[in-house]
Amino acid sequence: MLAKRIIPCLDVDHGRVVKGKNFVDIKDVDDPVKLGEHYSKMGADELVFYDITASSEERDIFINTVENIARKVSIPFTIGGGIKSCDDFRKVLLAGADKVSINSQAVKNPKLITDGAKRFGSQCVVLSIDAKRNDKGSFDVYIKGGRENTYIDAIEWAKRGEELGAGEICINSIDTDGVKDGFDLELIERLNEVLTIPIIASGGAGKIEDFLNVLNAGADAALAASVFHFGEINIKELKEYLSANDVEMRLV
Amino acid sequence: MIGIIDYGVGNLKNVSGALDRLNVENIITDDILKLKKCEKLILPGVGAFMEGMKGLEERGLDLFLRKWVESGKYILGICLGMQLLFDKSYEMGECEGLKFIKGEIIKFSPDINLKIPHMGWNCLLKNNDDDILKNIGKDYVYFVHSFYASELNDENLIAYADYGVKVPAIVRNKNVIGMQFHPEKSDKIGKQLLINYLELR
Repeated sequence: MLAKRIIPCLDVDHGRVVKGKNFVDIKDVDDPVKLGEHYSKMGADELVFYDITASSEERDIFINTVENIARKVSIPFTIGGGIKSCDDFRKVLLAGADKVSINSQAVKNPKLITDGAKRFGSQCVVLSIDAKRNDKGSFDVYIKGGRENTYIDAIEWAKRGEELGAGEICINSIDTDGVKDGFDLELIERLNEVLTIPIIASGGAGKIEDFLNVLNAGADAALAASVFHFGEINIKELKEYLSANDVEMRLV
Repeated sequence: MIGIIDYGVGNLKNVSGALDRLNVENIITDDILKLKKCEKLILPGVGAFMEGMKGLEERGLDLFLRKWVESGKYILGICLGMQLLFDKSYEMGECEGLKFIKGEIIKFSPDINLKIPHMGWNCLLKNNDDDILKNIGKDYVYFVHSFYASELNDENLIAYADYGVKVPAIVRNKNVIGMQFHPEKSDKIGKQLLINYLELR
Protein backbone atom coordinates (compact mmCIF):
# COMPACT_ATOMS: atom_id res chain seq x y z
CA MET A 1 0.00 0.00 0.00
CA LEU A 2 1.06 3.55 -0.67
CA ALA A 3 2.38 5.25 2.46
CA LYS A 4 1.18 8.65 3.66
CA ARG A 5 3.91 11.24 3.69
CA ILE A 6 5.41 13.56 6.30
CA ILE A 7 7.03 16.63 4.76
CA PRO A 8 9.14 19.23 6.57
CA CYS A 9 9.17 22.63 4.89
CA LEU A 10 12.22 24.88 4.97
CA ASP A 11 12.24 28.60 4.17
CA VAL A 12 15.50 29.64 2.55
CA ASP A 13 16.76 33.23 2.42
CA HIS A 14 20.09 34.06 0.79
CA GLY A 15 20.98 30.39 0.84
CA ARG A 16 20.30 29.94 4.57
CA VAL A 17 17.34 28.37 6.42
CA VAL A 18 15.34 31.08 8.12
CA LYS A 19 14.10 29.48 11.31
CA GLY A 20 15.53 26.63 13.23
CA LYS A 21 16.73 25.62 16.61
CA ASN A 22 20.00 24.07 17.58
CA PHE A 23 19.80 20.35 17.07
CA VAL A 24 22.31 18.44 19.10
CA ASP A 25 23.60 16.48 16.15
CA ILE A 26 24.08 19.28 13.64
CA LYS A 27 26.10 22.38 14.16
CA ASP A 28 25.34 24.28 10.98
CA VAL A 29 21.57 24.28 11.44
CA ASP A 30 20.85 27.06 8.97
CA ASP A 31 22.51 25.19 6.12
CA PRO A 32 19.60 23.86 3.99
CA VAL A 33 21.70 20.91 2.82
CA LYS A 34 22.65 19.85 6.35
CA LEU A 35 19.12 20.30 7.67
CA GLY A 36 17.71 18.44 4.66
CA GLU A 37 20.06 15.54 5.28
CA HIS A 38 19.11 15.56 8.95
CA TYR A 39 15.38 15.34 8.21
CA SER A 40 15.99 12.67 5.61
CA LYS A 41 17.84 10.59 8.21
CA MET A 42 14.95 11.07 10.68
CA GLY A 43 12.56 9.60 8.12
CA ALA A 44 11.06 12.57 6.29
CA ASP A 45 9.43 11.30 3.09
CA GLU A 46 9.98 14.46 1.08
CA LEU A 47 11.31 17.93 1.62
CA VAL A 48 10.05 21.33 0.51
CA PHE A 49 12.36 24.32 0.15
CA TYR A 50 10.85 27.78 -0.33
CA ASP A 51 13.04 30.52 -1.68
CA ILE A 52 11.93 33.66 0.14
CA THR A 53 14.77 35.81 -1.17
CA ALA A 54 13.19 38.96 -2.54
CA SER A 55 15.53 40.09 -5.30
CA SER A 56 15.68 38.23 -8.57
CA GLU A 57 19.42 38.75 -9.04
CA GLU A 58 19.97 36.47 -6.08
CA ARG A 59 18.13 33.60 -7.74
CA ASP A 60 21.45 32.17 -8.85
CA ILE A 61 22.49 31.63 -5.23
CA PHE A 62 19.32 29.66 -4.73
CA ILE A 63 19.87 27.51 -7.84
CA ASN A 64 23.30 26.78 -6.43
CA THR A 65 21.63 25.71 -3.17
CA VAL A 66 19.25 23.43 -5.11
CA GLU A 67 22.22 21.76 -6.80
CA ASN A 68 23.90 21.21 -3.45
CA ILE A 69 20.72 19.71 -1.98
CA ALA A 70 20.39 17.36 -4.97
CA ARG A 71 23.97 16.18 -4.54
CA LYS A 72 23.47 15.19 -0.91
CA VAL A 73 19.81 14.37 -0.34
CA SER A 74 18.47 11.03 -1.57
CA ILE A 75 14.74 11.61 -1.10
CA PRO A 76 12.44 13.66 -3.37
CA PHE A 77 12.26 17.39 -2.84
CA THR A 78 10.11 20.28 -4.04
CA ILE A 79 11.21 23.82 -4.78
CA GLY A 80 8.89 26.80 -4.42
CA GLY A 81 9.09 30.57 -4.40
CA GLY A 82 9.72 32.91 -7.28
CA ILE A 83 8.68 30.49 -10.03
CA LYS A 84 7.19 32.66 -12.74
CA SER A 85 7.79 30.87 -16.03
CA CYS A 86 8.46 27.55 -17.71
CA ASP A 87 12.08 28.61 -17.83
CA ASP A 88 12.12 28.89 -14.02
CA PHE A 89 10.66 25.35 -13.89
CA ARG A 90 13.42 24.12 -16.16
CA LYS A 91 16.17 25.73 -14.08
CA VAL A 92 15.19 24.15 -10.77
CA LEU A 93 14.40 20.76 -12.32
CA LEU A 94 17.75 20.73 -14.11
CA ALA A 95 19.40 21.63 -10.80
CA GLY A 96 17.95 18.38 -9.42
CA ALA A 97 14.56 19.22 -7.90
CA ASP A 98 11.79 16.65 -8.34
CA LYS A 99 8.82 18.99 -8.16
CA VAL A 100 8.06 22.66 -8.48
CA SER A 101 5.50 24.48 -6.36
CA ILE A 102 3.61 27.48 -7.69
CA ASN A 103 1.15 29.70 -5.85
CA SER A 104 0.36 33.39 -6.62
CA GLN A 105 1.82 33.16 -10.11
CA ALA A 106 -0.58 30.34 -10.99
CA VAL A 107 -3.53 32.51 -9.92
CA LYS A 108 -2.29 35.36 -12.09
CA ASN A 109 -1.41 33.07 -14.97
CA PRO A 110 -3.20 29.68 -14.80
CA LYS A 111 -1.56 28.69 -18.10
CA LEU A 112 1.68 28.25 -16.14
CA ILE A 113 0.18 25.06 -14.63
CA THR A 114 -0.64 23.63 -18.06
CA ASP A 115 2.65 24.70 -19.64
CA GLY A 116 4.68 23.21 -16.77
CA ALA A 117 2.69 19.96 -16.86
CA LYS A 118 2.92 19.59 -20.63
CA ARG A 119 6.62 20.23 -20.73
CA PHE A 120 7.81 18.42 -17.61
CA GLY A 121 4.91 16.17 -16.60
CA SER A 122 2.05 16.66 -14.12
CA GLN A 123 3.96 14.80 -11.42
CA CYS A 124 6.31 17.75 -10.93
CA VAL A 125 3.69 20.52 -10.77
CA VAL A 126 2.47 21.23 -7.24
CA LEU A 127 -0.26 23.83 -7.01
CA SER A 128 0.05 25.53 -3.65
CA ILE A 129 -3.02 27.37 -2.36
CA ASP A 130 -3.40 29.72 0.61
CA ALA A 131 -7.04 29.51 1.69
CA LYS A 132 -9.06 31.39 4.31
CA ARG A 133 -12.63 30.99 5.48
CA ASN A 134 -15.08 33.75 4.61
CA ASP A 135 -18.31 34.64 6.45
CA LYS A 136 -20.37 32.55 4.02
CA GLY A 137 -18.64 29.38 5.21
CA SER A 138 -16.63 28.82 2.04
CA PHE A 139 -12.93 29.40 1.46
CA ASP A 140 -11.24 32.21 -0.48
CA VAL A 141 -7.89 32.00 -2.25
CA TYR A 142 -5.30 34.49 -0.96
CA ILE A 143 -2.14 35.48 -2.79
CA LYS A 144 1.05 37.42 -2.04
CA GLY A 145 1.84 35.39 1.05
CA GLY A 146 -1.70 35.57 2.38
CA ARG A 147 -1.96 39.36 2.18
CA GLU A 148 -4.40 39.73 -0.71
CA ASN A 149 -7.85 38.15 -1.07
CA THR A 150 -8.67 37.17 -4.66
CA TYR A 151 -12.28 36.20 -3.77
CA ILE A 152 -11.75 33.04 -5.85
CA ASP A 153 -13.31 29.96 -4.26
CA ALA A 154 -10.46 27.75 -3.02
CA ILE A 155 -12.23 24.44 -3.68
CA GLU A 156 -13.11 25.53 -7.23
CA TRP A 157 -9.56 26.73 -7.81
CA ALA A 158 -8.08 23.43 -6.61
CA LYS A 159 -10.41 21.54 -8.96
CA ARG A 160 -9.49 23.81 -11.84
CA GLY A 161 -5.79 23.34 -10.99
CA GLU A 162 -6.22 19.59 -11.32
CA GLU A 163 -7.94 20.02 -14.69
CA LEU A 164 -5.16 22.33 -15.85
CA GLY A 165 -2.58 19.66 -15.12
CA ALA A 166 -1.37 20.02 -11.52
CA GLY A 167 -0.13 16.72 -10.08
CA GLU A 168 -0.69 17.63 -6.44
CA ILE A 169 -2.45 20.29 -4.38
CA CYS A 170 -0.72 21.73 -1.35
CA ILE A 171 -3.38 23.49 0.70
CA ASN A 172 -2.38 25.90 3.42
CA SER A 173 -5.10 27.09 5.75
CA ILE A 174 -4.48 30.70 6.80
CA ASP A 175 -6.98 30.27 9.67
CA THR A 176 -5.06 27.44 11.31
CA ASP A 177 -1.52 28.39 10.22
CA GLY A 178 0.66 29.34 13.17
CA VAL A 179 -2.10 28.58 15.71
CA LYS A 180 -0.71 25.09 16.37
CA ASP A 181 -4.14 23.72 17.21
CA GLY A 182 -4.52 21.23 14.38
CA PHE A 183 -4.90 21.27 10.60
CA ASP A 184 -8.09 22.54 8.97
CA LEU A 185 -9.95 19.24 8.70
CA GLU A 186 -13.05 20.69 7.09
CA LEU A 187 -10.97 22.19 4.27
CA ILE A 188 -9.22 18.87 3.67
CA GLU A 189 -12.47 16.91 3.69
CA ARG A 190 -14.07 19.27 1.19
CA LEU A 191 -11.07 19.08 -1.12
CA ASN A 192 -10.95 15.32 -0.85
CA GLU A 193 -14.49 15.13 -2.19
CA VAL A 194 -13.62 16.88 -5.44
CA LEU A 195 -9.97 16.04 -6.19
CA THR A 196 -8.44 12.89 -7.59
CA ILE A 197 -4.83 14.08 -7.23
CA PRO A 198 -2.94 13.87 -3.91
CA ILE A 199 -3.53 16.53 -1.24
CA ILE A 200 -0.77 17.90 0.98
CA ALA A 201 -2.19 19.53 4.11
CA SER A 202 -0.36 22.49 5.57
CA GLY A 203 -0.87 24.87 8.46
CA GLY A 204 -1.76 24.13 12.05
CA ALA A 205 0.45 21.27 13.20
CA GLY A 206 1.02 21.50 16.94
CA LYS A 207 1.02 17.97 18.30
CA ILE A 208 1.30 14.45 16.92
CA GLU A 209 -2.45 13.83 17.11
CA ASP A 210 -2.98 16.68 14.62
CA PHE A 211 -1.11 14.67 12.00
CA LEU A 212 -3.20 11.57 12.69
CA ASN A 213 -6.43 13.56 12.37
CA VAL A 214 -5.52 15.24 9.08
CA LEU A 215 -4.24 12.04 7.44
CA ASN A 216 -7.43 10.26 8.53
CA ALA A 217 -9.47 13.17 7.11
CA GLY A 218 -8.15 12.38 3.64
CA ALA A 219 -4.80 14.16 3.26
CA ASP A 220 -2.14 12.14 1.47
CA ALA A 221 0.65 14.06 3.10
CA ALA A 222 1.09 16.49 5.97
CA LEU A 223 3.49 19.41 5.80
CA ALA A 224 4.86 21.36 8.74
CA ALA A 225 7.73 23.67 9.54
CA SER A 226 8.17 25.07 13.04
CA VAL A 227 7.18 21.96 15.04
CA PHE A 228 10.04 20.16 13.30
CA HIS A 229 12.50 23.04 13.24
CA PHE A 230 12.08 23.80 16.92
CA GLY A 231 12.29 20.15 17.85
CA GLU A 232 8.79 20.03 19.33
CA ILE A 233 7.97 16.99 17.23
CA ASN A 234 10.52 14.36 16.30
CA ILE A 235 9.77 12.97 12.83
CA LYS A 236 10.89 9.46 13.69
CA GLU A 237 8.65 9.30 16.79
CA LEU A 238 5.79 10.91 14.88
CA LYS A 239 5.92 8.27 12.16
CA GLU A 240 6.10 5.46 14.69
CA TYR A 241 3.04 6.89 16.44
CA LEU A 242 1.11 7.17 13.15
CA SER A 243 2.09 3.66 12.14
CA ALA A 244 0.92 2.32 15.53
CA ASN A 245 -2.40 4.07 14.78
CA ASP A 246 -2.86 2.23 11.49
CA VAL A 247 -1.64 4.93 9.14
CA GLU A 248 0.52 3.45 6.39
CA MET A 249 4.02 4.83 7.04
CA ARG A 250 7.50 4.26 5.76
CA LEU A 251 9.57 3.67 8.89
CA VAL A 252 13.33 4.06 8.79
CA MET B 1 32.92 3.01 -15.09
CA ILE B 2 29.11 3.06 -15.24
CA GLY B 3 27.55 4.59 -18.34
CA ILE B 4 24.38 6.66 -17.88
CA ILE B 5 22.70 6.82 -21.25
CA ASP B 6 21.77 10.33 -22.36
CA TYR B 7 18.96 10.08 -24.89
CA GLY B 8 17.47 13.53 -24.58
CA VAL B 9 15.03 12.94 -21.71
CA GLY B 10 15.09 14.56 -18.29
CA ASN B 11 16.57 13.80 -14.92
CA LEU B 12 19.84 12.00 -15.58
CA LYS B 13 21.83 14.01 -13.06
CA ASN B 14 20.11 12.55 -10.01
CA VAL B 15 21.17 9.04 -11.03
CA SER B 16 24.71 10.30 -11.52
CA GLY B 17 24.52 11.98 -8.09
CA ALA B 18 23.42 8.72 -6.46
CA LEU B 19 26.44 6.92 -7.98
CA ASP B 20 28.70 9.80 -6.85
CA ARG B 21 27.44 9.28 -3.31
CA LEU B 22 28.56 5.64 -3.64
CA ASN B 23 31.94 6.81 -4.96
CA VAL B 24 31.28 4.99 -8.23
CA GLU B 25 32.78 6.52 -11.36
CA ASN B 26 30.12 7.33 -13.92
CA ILE B 27 29.61 9.20 -17.14
CA ILE B 28 26.48 10.71 -18.70
CA THR B 29 26.81 10.40 -22.47
CA ASP B 30 25.14 9.50 -25.77
CA ASP B 31 28.51 8.63 -27.32
CA ILE B 32 28.37 4.95 -28.28
CA LEU B 33 32.19 4.63 -28.28
CA LYS B 34 32.29 5.82 -24.65
CA LEU B 35 29.33 3.67 -23.62
CA LYS B 36 30.95 0.60 -25.18
CA LYS B 37 33.88 0.92 -22.78
CA CYS B 38 31.63 0.97 -19.69
CA GLU B 39 31.29 -1.98 -17.37
CA LYS B 40 27.53 -1.58 -16.91
CA LEU B 41 24.86 0.76 -18.20
CA ILE B 42 21.93 2.60 -16.68
CA LEU B 43 19.00 3.81 -18.77
CA PRO B 44 17.21 6.41 -16.62
CA GLY B 45 14.54 8.80 -17.75
CA VAL B 46 11.39 10.67 -16.96
CA GLY B 47 8.97 11.48 -19.75
CA ALA B 48 6.84 9.97 -22.47
CA PHE B 49 7.51 6.51 -23.95
CA MET B 50 7.32 7.58 -27.60
CA GLU B 51 9.74 10.49 -27.03
CA GLY B 52 12.09 8.13 -25.23
CA MET B 53 12.14 5.60 -28.10
CA LYS B 54 12.62 8.42 -30.58
CA GLY B 55 15.54 9.73 -28.53
CA LEU B 56 17.20 6.31 -28.56
CA GLU B 57 16.61 5.72 -32.27
CA GLU B 58 17.86 9.16 -33.33
CA ARG B 59 21.18 8.42 -31.67
CA GLY B 60 21.46 4.82 -32.92
CA LEU B 61 21.30 3.74 -29.29
CA ASP B 62 18.54 1.16 -29.85
CA LEU B 63 20.79 -0.89 -32.13
CA PHE B 64 23.77 -0.41 -29.83
CA LEU B 65 21.73 -1.60 -26.82
CA ARG B 66 20.57 -4.68 -28.75
CA LYS B 67 24.21 -5.71 -29.29
CA TRP B 68 25.08 -4.81 -25.69
CA VAL B 69 22.32 -7.03 -24.32
CA GLU B 70 23.19 -9.89 -26.72
CA SER B 71 26.78 -9.74 -25.45
CA GLY B 72 25.47 -10.51 -21.95
CA LYS B 73 26.47 -7.23 -20.33
CA TYR B 74 24.27 -5.63 -17.70
CA ILE B 75 21.80 -2.81 -18.18
CA LEU B 76 19.45 -1.28 -15.61
CA GLY B 77 16.41 0.69 -16.76
CA ILE B 78 14.85 3.12 -14.28
CA CYS B 79 11.25 4.45 -14.50
CA LEU B 80 10.71 5.31 -18.20
CA GLY B 81 14.04 3.53 -18.86
CA MET B 82 12.50 0.38 -17.36
CA GLN B 83 9.35 0.69 -19.45
CA LEU B 84 11.40 1.03 -22.65
CA LEU B 85 12.87 -2.46 -22.04
CA PHE B 86 9.47 -4.02 -22.81
CA ASP B 87 7.82 -5.01 -26.11
CA LYS B 88 5.50 -2.06 -26.47
CA SER B 89 3.54 0.71 -24.79
CA TYR B 90 0.02 2.05 -25.15
CA GLU B 91 0.90 5.55 -23.90
CA MET B 92 -0.43 7.94 -26.61
CA GLY B 93 -1.11 5.20 -29.13
CA GLU B 94 0.85 2.00 -29.66
CA CYS B 95 4.64 2.30 -29.74
CA GLU B 96 7.21 -0.50 -29.93
CA GLY B 97 9.90 -0.73 -27.27
CA LEU B 98 13.32 -2.37 -27.05
CA LYS B 99 11.78 -5.85 -26.54
CA PHE B 100 14.34 -7.13 -24.03
CA ILE B 101 11.61 -8.28 -21.66
CA LYS B 102 8.22 -9.68 -22.62
CA GLY B 103 5.31 -7.47 -21.67
CA GLU B 104 3.54 -4.24 -22.44
CA ILE B 105 3.06 -0.86 -20.80
CA ILE B 106 -0.51 0.17 -20.01
CA LYS B 107 -2.25 2.97 -18.11
CA PHE B 108 -3.69 2.48 -14.65
CA SER B 109 -7.41 1.91 -14.97
CA PRO B 110 -9.63 4.45 -13.18
CA ASP B 111 -11.47 1.38 -11.82
CA ILE B 112 -8.78 0.89 -9.18
CA ASN B 113 -10.24 4.02 -7.52
CA LEU B 114 -6.84 5.27 -6.47
CA LYS B 115 -5.04 8.46 -7.30
CA ILE B 116 -3.08 8.57 -10.54
CA PRO B 117 -0.11 9.04 -10.92
CA HIS B 118 0.99 6.37 -8.48
CA MET B 119 3.17 8.76 -6.54
CA GLY B 120 4.97 8.25 -3.27
CA TRP B 121 6.52 5.52 -1.17
CA ASN B 122 5.18 2.04 -1.71
CA CYS B 123 6.24 -1.30 -0.34
CA LEU B 124 8.31 -3.83 -2.32
CA LEU B 125 6.79 -7.30 -2.26
CA LYS B 126 8.92 -10.22 -3.41
CA ASN B 127 7.78 -12.47 -6.26
CA ASN B 128 11.02 -14.34 -7.05
CA ASP B 129 14.35 -14.74 -5.25
CA ASP B 130 17.08 -12.76 -6.93
CA ASP B 131 20.52 -11.32 -6.17
CA ILE B 132 19.15 -7.86 -6.87
CA LEU B 133 17.06 -8.20 -3.66
CA LYS B 134 20.05 -8.83 -1.40
CA ASN B 135 19.46 -7.21 2.04
CA ILE B 136 16.05 -5.98 0.91
CA GLY B 137 12.90 -6.87 2.81
CA LYS B 138 9.41 -5.43 2.69
CA ASP B 139 10.89 -1.98 2.23
CA TYR B 140 9.51 1.25 0.79
CA VAL B 141 10.74 2.82 -2.44
CA TYR B 142 9.68 5.99 -4.24
CA PHE B 143 7.38 5.69 -7.28
CA VAL B 144 6.11 8.32 -9.73
CA HIS B 145 4.29 6.94 -12.77
CA SER B 146 0.93 6.70 -14.54
CA PHE B 147 1.70 3.64 -16.70
CA TYR B 148 2.85 0.20 -15.62
CA ALA B 149 4.09 -3.08 -17.08
CA SER B 150 1.64 -5.93 -17.63
CA GLU B 151 1.50 -9.33 -19.32
CA LEU B 152 4.91 -10.31 -17.94
CA ASN B 153 6.22 -13.83 -17.60
CA ASP B 154 6.16 -14.67 -13.91
CA GLU B 155 9.88 -15.56 -13.95
CA ASN B 156 10.69 -11.96 -15.01
CA LEU B 157 8.77 -10.41 -12.12
CA ILE B 158 11.18 -10.10 -9.20
CA ALA B 159 9.21 -7.71 -6.98
CA TYR B 160 5.98 -5.74 -7.19
CA ALA B 161 4.02 -3.10 -5.32
CA ASP B 162 0.34 -3.25 -4.50
CA TYR B 163 -1.62 -0.34 -5.96
CA GLY B 164 -5.03 -1.72 -6.82
CA VAL B 165 -3.18 -4.04 -9.18
CA LYS B 166 0.17 -5.79 -8.93
CA VAL B 167 2.55 -3.11 -10.15
CA PRO B 168 5.82 -4.62 -11.42
CA ALA B 169 8.54 -2.84 -9.44
CA ILE B 170 11.67 -4.86 -10.22
CA VAL B 171 11.84 -6.93 -13.41
CA ARG B 172 14.65 -9.00 -14.79
CA ASN B 173 15.45 -11.05 -17.87
CA LYS B 174 18.98 -12.38 -17.31
CA ASN B 175 21.31 -9.37 -17.77
CA VAL B 176 18.46 -6.89 -18.30
CA ILE B 177 17.05 -5.36 -15.13
CA GLY B 178 14.34 -2.74 -14.67
CA MET B 179 13.10 -0.70 -11.71
CA GLN B 180 9.82 1.19 -12.01
CA PHE B 181 10.54 3.31 -8.92
CA HIS B 182 13.48 5.67 -8.44
CA PRO B 183 16.32 4.01 -6.51
CA GLU B 184 18.22 7.31 -6.69
CA LYS B 185 15.40 8.93 -4.67
CA SER B 186 14.67 6.00 -2.38
CA ASP B 187 17.07 6.78 0.45
CA LYS B 188 18.93 3.84 2.02
CA ILE B 189 16.89 1.14 0.30
CA GLY B 190 17.51 2.71 -3.10
CA LYS B 191 21.19 2.88 -2.29
CA GLN B 192 21.24 -0.81 -1.38
CA LEU B 193 19.46 -1.70 -4.64
CA LEU B 194 22.01 0.27 -6.65
CA ILE B 195 24.83 -1.49 -4.78
CA ASN B 196 23.17 -4.83 -5.57
CA TYR B 197 23.06 -3.93 -9.25
CA LEU B 198 26.69 -2.80 -9.25
CA GLU B 199 27.69 -6.09 -7.60
CA LEU B 200 25.96 -8.36 -10.13
CA ARG B 201 28.50 -10.57 -11.90
